[in-house]
Amino acid sequence: MDVTQALSAAFGLVFGGDHAFYAIVGLSLTVTLSAVVLAALIGLPAGALLALARFPGRGAVIVLVNGLMGLPPVVAGLIVFLVLSRSGPLGSLGLLFTPAAMVVAQTLLVLPIVIAITRQLIEDLHGEYREHLASLGLTGIRAIPTLLWDGRFALATAILAGFGRASAEVGAVLIVGGNIAGYTRTMTTAIALETSKGDLPLALGLGIVLIALTLGINAVTYAASRVGARFAG
Amino acid sequence: MLTKRHLMTAGAALLVLGAAAVAQDSRPSATTAAPAGTRFITVASTTSTVDSGLFNHILPLFKAKTGIEVRVISQGTGQALDTGRRGDADVVFVHARAAEDKFVADGHGGPRRAVMYNDFVLIGPKSDPAGIKGSRDIVAALRAIQTKAAPFVSRGDRSGTHQAELTLWRDAGIDLAATRGSWYREIGQGMGAALNTAGGMNAYVLADRGTWLSFRNRGDLDILVEGDKRLFNQYGIMLVSPQRHAHVKQADAQAFIDWVVSPEGQKAIADYKVGGQQLFFPNATDSGA
Repeated sequence: MDVTQALSAAFGLVFGGDHAFYAIVGLSLTVTLSAVVLAALIGLPAGALLALARFPGRGAVIVLVNGLMGLPPVVAGLIVFLVLSRSGPLGSLGLLFTPAAMVVAQTLLVLPIVIAITRQLIEDLHGEYREHLASLGLTGIRAIPTLLWDGRFALATAILAGFGRASAEVGAVLIVGGNIAGYTRTMTTAIALETSKGDLPLALGLGIVLIALTLGINAVTYAASRVGARFAG
Repeated sequence: MLTKRHLMTAGAALLVLGAAAVAQDSRPSATTAAPAGTRFITVASTTSTVDSGLFNHILPLFKAKTGIEVRVISQGTGQALDTGRRGDADVVFVHARAAEDKFVADGHGGPRRAVMYNDFVLIGPKSDPAGIKGSRDIVAALRAIQTKAAPFVSRGDRSGTHQAELTLWRDAGIDLAATRGSWYREIGQGMGAALNTAGGMNAYVLADRGTWLSFRNRGDLDILVEGDKRLFNQYGIMLVSPQRHAHVKQADAQAFIDWVVSPEGQKAIADYKVGGQQLFFPNATDSGA
């Protein structure tokens, strides 16, 4: 096998009009972006709170969140699997082997990254602008919206890091999604499957498409933040 | 702090809401019958049936006839039976007779119906360091591999193929626990991964013929031993017990099982060929299978 074959496989996938392939790409993006949005909605305020709040055991919580950035995807998948299995506590929801289960698992993976990086950024920002904010009457948690807004461009990087983790992982979505053709098959699980079928050019072709997509999303975010920064002055 | 708790609660609610929103368009209600077009059942089956492409061939035929979508999860036989035991599938379609009989005896599902067979083949490097090529005696071949300590890749995942492999070692009178060394390599992965690994290490590996025939990365590997009747590989299908798991879609799942063992389903299986070779041989009418 050579790279030419993989590139031609990638080209064939993108321009071949294969609906199954477009569905796989669509599902990958839907699941990953849903997880990232959920993680941002929860993680940004939670991270900011953790930056400003003072309570006993705060250090332990910070260590825990930082440590969970390294949560192995396969463990996150296993936890969600056990909870959502018909024999588990939330089994009656019937969510195992659905895209929703994949979103939950990936949210678990992305959330610690968003919280941890937000916490650090907001803590630094707050140190810098504490007196200025106080003069505006913004003390304690009332400063959070302003701080999050001021840190928005740096926070975008935190969210991109989370996106990278979710879009690249295969362990969690494989366990809770089941890699069902046409239903829970994503880019990464399809790559794993084609590798196991020995179709290495197709597997690598899928990989090339996935990397290109990730680059594209990062480029768009970068461009948007540059434009935004210019207007924000 | 009150506000913090509020935010956490809101966060948790958002997580569930978001998941539900994603689920909504793709998941029919868990409790009521799904509307036409989204009827589906979940089948836990083996890597050999999925990797070989059999399901891609037969499931569209079943769906066209009944409108029932079949969602297949590909696992080793041991794991697929576990999935059935937990109630996470409606049907299990596997190949390890002893484990299937235990599944039925323990009340997790059944009755078991024979579906089809193919056979296992011993794959190895063309250089054949154990000198077994062309033999029809799988037991003698395994003894030669063990004596020469030639690299051997084992699935090591409680799959049907793994269980068959362990039975063959026992038939060969080899106590793996006592004699295995670095030549015996358990990888704990599916059939395709085991073939990829064997190719990379010039090792021997037991494979089902279906996966081998549709495998694309053969490199220096070839079939070295085949045709021994001990290499017979029977597949069976079972309904997961609706008594144990009330959500099992009994009617649709039974419709699938009935179709697979019907003349029409059996013909669909026989018609599946890769490179002109038939991969699976239907035998639902064979009372001893």
